[in-house]
Amino acid sequence: MLDLRVVRHIVVGLTAILFALAASGCVREQRRFREIPPGATAATAVRQTELQPGQPQPEEQIKGPYDENAYAVSEGQRLYEWYNCVGCHMHGGGNIGPPLMDDKWIYGGSPENIFDTIIEGRPNGMPSYRGRMPNQQVWQIVAYVRSMSGQLSKDVSPGRTDDMNVKTVEQSKGKEQPTTKPAEHPQ
Amino acid sequence: MKTATKQLRPGRCLALVCAASVLLCSGCAGVQSALDPAGLQAHRISRLWWLMFWVCLSVFVIVMGALGYALWRSRRRERVATEPEAERSMTRWVTGAVVVSAAILFILLIADFSTGRAITSLESSDAVMIKVTGHQWWWEFTYDDPVPSQQVTTANEIHIPVGRPVRLEMTSHDVIHSFWVPNLHGKTDLLVGHQTVTWLQADRPGTYRGQCAEYCGHQHAHMALLVVAEPPEDFKAWLDHERLPAADPSNDEQRRGRQIFLTRAWVMCHQIRGTDAGARSGPDLTHLASRQTIAAGTLPNNRGNLGGWVVDSQGIKPGNKMPPNELSGEELQALLSYLESLK
Amino acid sequence: MTPTEEATRTADAERDETPNDERERRQLEETWKEPGGFFGWFRCVHHTTIGRRFIITAFIFFLLGGVEAVMIRIQLARPENRFLGPDLYNQIFTMHGSTMMFLFAVPVMEALGVYLVPLMVGTRNIAFPRLNAFGYYVYLFGGIFLYTMFLLNTGPDNGWFNYVPLSGPEYAPGKRSDTWAQMITFTELSALVVAVELIVTIFKLRAPGMSLNRIPLFVWAILVISFMIIFAMPTIALASTCLILDRLITTQFFNPAEGGDVLLWQHLFWFFGHPEVYIIFIPATGIVSSILPVFCRRKVFGYTALVLSLVSTGFIGFGLWLHHMFATNLPKVGQSFFTAASMMIAIPTGVQIFCWIATLWGGRLRFKTPLLFVLGFFLNFIIGGLSGVMVASVSLDQQVHDTFFVVAHLHYVLIGGAVFPLFAGFYYWFPKFTGRMLSEGLGRWVFALFMIGFNLTFFPMHQLGLKGMPRRVYTYLPEMGWGGLNLLSSIGGLIIAVSVLLFVIDVFRSLRAGELAGDNPWEADTLEWATSSPPPAYNFARLPTVAGRAALWDRREDQPIIKGVRSDLREMLVTNVLDAEPDHKTVLPSPTIWPFLSAVAVTGLFIGSIFTPWAVPVGAIPVAIALVGWFWPNRQEHEEELSAERDGRPPQEVEA
Repeated sequence: MLDLRVVRHIVVGLTAILFALAASGCVREQRRFREIPPGATAATAVRQTELQPGQPQPEEQIKGPYDENAYAVSEGQRLYEWYNCVGCHMHGGGNIGPPLMDDKWIYGGSPENIFDTIIEGRPNGMPSYRGRMPNQQVWQIVAYVRSMSGQLSKDVSPGRTDDMNVKTVEQSKGKEQPTTKPAEHPQ
Repeated sequence: MKTATKQLRPGRCLALVCAASVLLCSGCAGVQSALDPAGLQAHRISRLWWLMFWVCLSVFVIVMGALGYALWRSRRRERVATEPEAERSMTRWVTGAVVVSAAILFILLIADFSTGRAITSLESSDAVMIKVTGHQWWWEFTYDDPVPSQQVTTANEIHIPVGRPVRLEMTSHDVIHSFWVPNLHGKTDLLVGHQTVTWLQADRPGTYRGQCAEYCGHQHAHMALLVVAEPPEDFKAWLDHERLPAADPSNDEQRRGRQIFLTRAWVMCHQIRGTDAGARSGPDLTHLASRQTIAAGTLPNNRGNLGGWVVDSQGIKPGNKMPPNELSGEELQALLSYLESLK
Repeated sequence: MTPTEEATRTADAERDETPNDERERRQLEETWKEPGGFFGWFRCVHHTTIGRRFIITAFIFFLLGGVEAVMIRIQLARPENRFLGPDLYNQIFTMHGSTMMFLFAVPVMEALGVYLVPLMVGTRNIAFPRLNAFGYYVYLFGGIFLYTMFLLNTGPDNGWFNYVPLSGPEYAPGKRSDTWAQMITFTELSALVVAVELIVTIFKLRAPGMSLNRIPLFVWAILVISFMIIFAMPTIALASTCLILDRLITTQFFNPAEGGDVLLWQHLFWFFGHPEVYIIFIPATGIVSSILPVFCRRKVFGYTALVLSLVSTGFIGFGLWLHHMFATNLPKVGQSFFTAASMMIAIPTGVQIFCWIATLWGGRLRFKTPLLFVLGFFLNFIIGGLSGVMVASVSLDQQVHDTFFVVAHLHYVLIGGAVFPLFAGFYYWFPKFTGRMLSEGLGRWVFALFMIGFNLTFFPMHQLGLKGMPRRVYTYLPEMGWGGLNLLSSIGGLIIAVSVLLFVIDVFRSLRAGELAGDNPWEADTLEWATSSPPPAYNFARLPTVAGRAALWDRREDQPIIKGVRSDLREMLVTNVLDAEPDHKTVLPSPTIWPFLSAVAVTGLFIGSIFTPWAVPVGAIPVAIALVGWFWPNRQEHEEELSAERDGRPPQEVEA
């Protein structure tokens, strides 16, 4: 008959490991259909200058809320087409608008900078989308835009689309190191 | 115990048959029922179903009868009956049963072929042509017309004339869906990269509900459509009305509602012909108020449901592509007044 | 040895044993004994040990799949129920289907084959025992992998069939779809290796006298499905590999915009998927053919017809796959061919049913629990088969495809046609596996509850499908009128759960305190009943020969046994394919850790390759090392084999 002692050891050990894993959940796979508050469209501001009264407080690096969520990045990819970002930025290669898959960020490539770019618009042609989409969708697009230059990890970035393949797929893109400080761009 | 089991057996079979009959008779009619046909094809398929049902039921009763008799006989037997004669006779019976089974299958095969021919015979040059595009999780319909300005795009609800064939050319925008209106015909998949074609014809007026029948993601369960079959004059009137652009707002509240529509999130995805809203990602809303349901057949189209859908679609259809929206109470009422004016 | 084993072995051993025989038996025990201790557990390679683990693991997956089914039924019991949201529901119905089809149904049938086939053909172990262990571990790790990912919110959620483009890179973000695809790789590898061993065992290791026309019907069934596995499984392994490649390294197999085709997935999947259900059903018919003669106390009627039916079902089963795709607008003429083939396959199945009824007709029945489950199989499977003839028709299928009608049909043929015989097999062979009988009284309760619960759950689904309820919906509107039938169905599901729970309780109770079984409590006819319960590690103290189809019933007074096979080495007799005449002897390997380590290495490679393509070259290194360890020649074993060959004495049939 079975050597029950051995089996018991194995079962107990496995169960413990599995419970520990399950408790940690998996951020990558969460499907968060609505955030709280659901339709919020308020913007978070990023300082426009480094000058501050008293002791300067460095900007804290917030992690994009969806930088590790594959579903959100995939939604961002969908919205990038639906909301016609491709009209000016193409699929990242740029045309009327600057390329998004390279290392140059005129207005900064951190998540809150991209968020502001979308919400507020920028000089020289970037429209302001404030009020046109809820914050959740903006953050999804932010995450996708960051994936276009390889900033997100490979298992979160999207694979190829079911369209004609016109560019390097985000999950194969090497990580670009941002090279331009925001305030120094000639334009 | 042994006797009890044997007695239970025929009793249990009988109870099963009774329960089955009760269940079966408890409602063939109904919306979205394949056994309540309203079109030529659904009629033929329903006839095929009943033929197969009675044949299969008879076969089942006979085979179970033979089994039951074999069990009953063996109760009183003292030794096994495997003499050569009994075996030979049994061989004849088994061979006969196999031959009869093959013959029955052949008959059913012919019945299937004949039904198949009948339901594909609707082709006609006089058909209404509709292009169907499946989306996650709604239906886009375009009435085709040789004159481009006469083409009409609508969503989730189509009207067809009674007694005239309708040709549907179908494809999918994203994943595989399946167009299925059981009262009228069987289903045909909407594939990506292929165009599939099906024909429909309604024989009597009515509103027939259909539903997507190929698993297509989170809200596959809530991707329904309505087919309204009406007399040809009514259909022509409806189609002519659909061709018109959206009605202009007739009061201040509706004007305010239109302004909210055009300056907020809705303009990003929806089209209302006659206004600046021209996006094609979401359903066309030009004649939203003329439809019986919203959210692809999920909710009846009334002010309350529309309000709930506009503010928090994720609560009703979690995972669908329309985000929730933030509106003050007054803004919401204005928007709803405008949407309700889009007849 | 447990007290049970001791008791039964002693009783049999004391029967006609000369001091020579006793010495030989002790030597056999010594040669064939399974390694003990913690690490020894991972080194076992005997087919009864591995087969037992296989069966238990498959049954645990059955229970997990059943829990998922109960959750589905609770969600669907009322319209607009909020027990499970859409995301979790989609994962659960996918896990239910994948668990039942890939982790339970095929493995449990193969597991029964692994345990019983060497016993039924009268040999000491399965062919390629280390490969057998490897196959089990790969299966076990695949199942653990799937459930671990499920607990990590990465369980697959696109159905057990995982259609593209929904499961492709654009519409299935994350790693859920990759998890499904790689689980396939695990289970298919395991199924393939076990199929190979079973074929070789059946062809080359049979007891002398067991010519091809004397093989038990269960063994025929296993032979047929092993061949089917070899032809069908590679298709889905290919499809799932193409899917992973599409998702990971930007290939275009299923991308219509770049020359791929979404229908390609469906063809590949169903070319496997249809034979798969016959792979599940055919061994069940083998179980029925094993049980009926014993409980009718007569040989089965129409042995040749039954064998021909098995083989032809196996062949025809490969020509049906398009009936899963009748809604995809393929040319009508082609579809009609598949209608004809799908109806035609009912003929060999009908032959089997009529032969079984003929067996019952002429028999003297014993209404024990195994026979009750077989009778339940008749009722339920015939309903399923008849509804199968209905869905074989293109026109009718266009209405009922992807509705609950098909759910009803598939459960009637899979539960009615495979699970009922499986339970019959459990009640029948439990005494052989454990040496104890299951309770007859509880068995009747299990049967009655299962019958009632099963029919209550699935019969209303026929009507639900005709009334328009599609499959794979997490909820439905109240005004559709489907609530009542769904509630009935859910109540039936709970009754099934109670029945299975009772069965599990009975198993645990019988393991401790069940009635002792002895060698052959059912007075059965096949060779596994010729040795003790449970069998010793060397299976048979005296290798048997066979004089007829019913090995034990046709045994002559002076039926010879085989002498000359060494008992100090793991030596086996190899016979030829057609007539099972002794051909040569071979020495099988001893217990070793390498199959386990190879399985671990392969698992690492498979799991890594869903995250990065680099896992393939990097992961191949541990696999190569493990395989080198596996095949490294062992000097001692090599010398033993040489000495056995030099020994030169051919085996002989002598009087018992």
